[in-house]
Amino acid sequence: MARKITYQQAINEALDQEMSRDQNVIVMGEDVAGGAGSPGEQDAWGGVLGVTRGLYHKHPGRVIDTPISESGYVGAAIGAACCGMRPVAELMFVDFLGVCFDQIFNQAAKFRYMFGGKAETPVVIRAMYGAGFRAAAQHSQCLYNIFTHIPGLKVVVPSNPYDVKGLLIQSIRDNDPVIFLEHKALYTMEGEVPEESYAIPFGEAAVVREGHDVTIVAIGRMVLKAQEAAAELQKQGIHCEIIDPRTTSPLDTDTILESVEKTGRLIVVDESHPRCSMASDIAGLAAERAFSSLKAPIRQITGPHSPVPFSDALEELYIPSAAHIVAAAKSLKEFR
Amino acid sequence: MTKALTRDDLLKAYRTMRTIREFEERLHTDFATGEIPGFVHLYAGEEASATGVCMNLTAEDHIASTHRGHGHCIAKGVDPVGMMAEIWGRKTGTCKGKGGSMHIADLSVGMLGANGIVGGGGPLVCGTALAAKLRGQPYVSVCFFGDGASNQGTIFEAMNLASVWNLPVIFLAENNGYAEATSSKFSVACDNIADRASAFGMPGITVDGFDFFAVYEAAGAAIERARKGGGPSLVEVKLSRYYGHFEGDQQTYRAPGEVQNIRDTKDCLLQFARRVTANGQISQAELDAIDAEVKALIDGSVAKAKSDPKPSEADLLTDVYVSY
Repeated sequence: MARKITYQQAINEALDQEMSRDQNVIVMGEDVAGGAGSPGEQDAWGGVLGVTRGLYHKHPGRVIDTPISESGYVGAAIGAACCGMRPVAELMFVDFLGVCFDQIFNQAAKFRYMFGGKAETPVVIRAMYGAGFRAAAQHSQCLYNIFTHIPGLKVVVPSNPYDVKGLLIQSIRDNDPVIFLEHKALYTMEGEVPEESYAIPFGEAAVVREGHDVTIVAIGRMVLKAQEAAAELQKQGIHCEIIDPRTTSPLDTDTILESVEKTGRLIVVDESHPRCSMASDIAGLAAERAFSSLKAPIRQITGPHSPVPFSDALEELYIPSAAHIVAAAKSLKEFR
Repeated sequence: MTKALTRDDLLKAYRTMRTIREFEERLHTDFATGEIPGFVHLYAGEEASATGVCMNLTAEDHIASTHRGHGHCIAKGVDPVGMMAEIWGRKTGTCKGKGGSMHIADLSVGMLGANGIVGGGGPLVCGTALAAKLRGQPYVSVCFFGDGASNQGTIFEAMNLASVWNLPVIFLAENNGYAEATSSKFSVACDNIADRASAFGMPGITVDGFDFFAVYEAAGAAIERARKGGGPSLVEVKLSRYYGHFEGDQQTYRAPGEVQNIRDTKDCLLQFARRVTANGQISQAELDAIDAEVKALIDGSVAKAKSDPKPSEADLLTDVYVSY
């Protein structure tokens, strides 16, 4: 039986293997080691949730703590990438995008094009995202839609331990800036992960479950909700096909459209807000390019157009649930 | 100590400053015809700064620039012919016509780009300097920024980070007295931008930016210190731009006669020529010959830019992602 490790361990292993393979790979961020300049232990935290723990001692000088200064160190990672380093900068919570977005979207994302193809910026920016931890409005957002909008950025949203390792390795080897988003509710998820190094190409969706009645395209953690819903729907005689795009930029439109052409029904599940979202984007794609195959309206299941609430009673209402997906699938199957 | 300037160095410095001046004066003239697309922000008047700093650098050192970046590009070794084509939006431009005046970059000579975002370059040079430090290379990075950018958080963050990581970075503040149409007397809360250095644990110095030799010495000392592992410095050069924030700016915020007075009494090229001819190091005839060669170079660059092809539809979607 193959080895099982957690999503969090798979991230650590990918970083460790790439740092061993290539001396140009460095890790930087707030407390990615923890303890810099203090009298106590070094590598005290290994990241705020311990994801990078142990790398500091294995790769001396290449796990670099930073001040709480996101524009400064994210920009430094981008500058270092311009001269051949392969920095992995950790933004901790993706919500902190607000204090460093210029360096990402006006600098890193633009260099290759704006400089006539003469610049490469192989930087990876890792960040946690998503609701479910009672972390409230400034530590719970799903901002992949904002990054996906920007040409020049690649955006990765792994949904399981196997994918998170292979996609992070690909991200580090990629010569474009990559936004690598880890749903915090997935860190403890266990799954089979090969010990050896492997890369998963960008722009190749995974067909997580095959079915002929309804296509469910789900992003990140929502893949798990879709699987839960599909198991319930199976009992009721509705066979769902689940597609995990794995990267929102580039997006594997072919796999999505082929599935919609087969099932004629589409649900998109996206934890973010509804306007200008992956849900509306994929719904638009299907409406434009698979219209004649559709047997029912497209359904978008998203969080509401509100900040993420704190109270558990409200946050549970906020996050899309398997029950929402079950109800939507049944309504599509019963349409006409 | 900063390396003593040889006769060849002096000739090179003069040629660089004259090339920048000619390039910018020509753009000023041509922009008025309406043929040049977009915005241009001219560096005329500030030549001693870019030249005095970059005479201390090699192609392996990096600089980050501003939207007033033509002078930094030329001083760092970017080809003026490609630059002119870029500003005219031609496929033969430094960036294939995809960047324009505010984004000229050439990483092959360590030029990280002019930058359309005020203060954008500070964090980036921390990265190029970090790369050199991690690799054990003796290369330094210089962030040119203006008095406007001196008030941006990115510059403060970069100065703190450079000190915390002890990076070989020089923060080179070009205080030309105006951020767009707002005086630095209003917008900068201290007397000198260099006064802020102590807050970030680094030395700071203010020098006369009309004097090539003063800039060369001050920047040279800071660069040498950084190369030897001594960490970052802040150098403020006080100077003046001869034209508006952008071409077309009527500059009603400036005092009548302000620019003409500076041109007549402080001009960096006049001061330089007077000094090197008075002490007999260079003859006026040699300077005149450089003037003529530079004029021919810039004339040729404009003629070429005008006749070169623009990018075509096939170029619209190239260079945006790496394809596999």
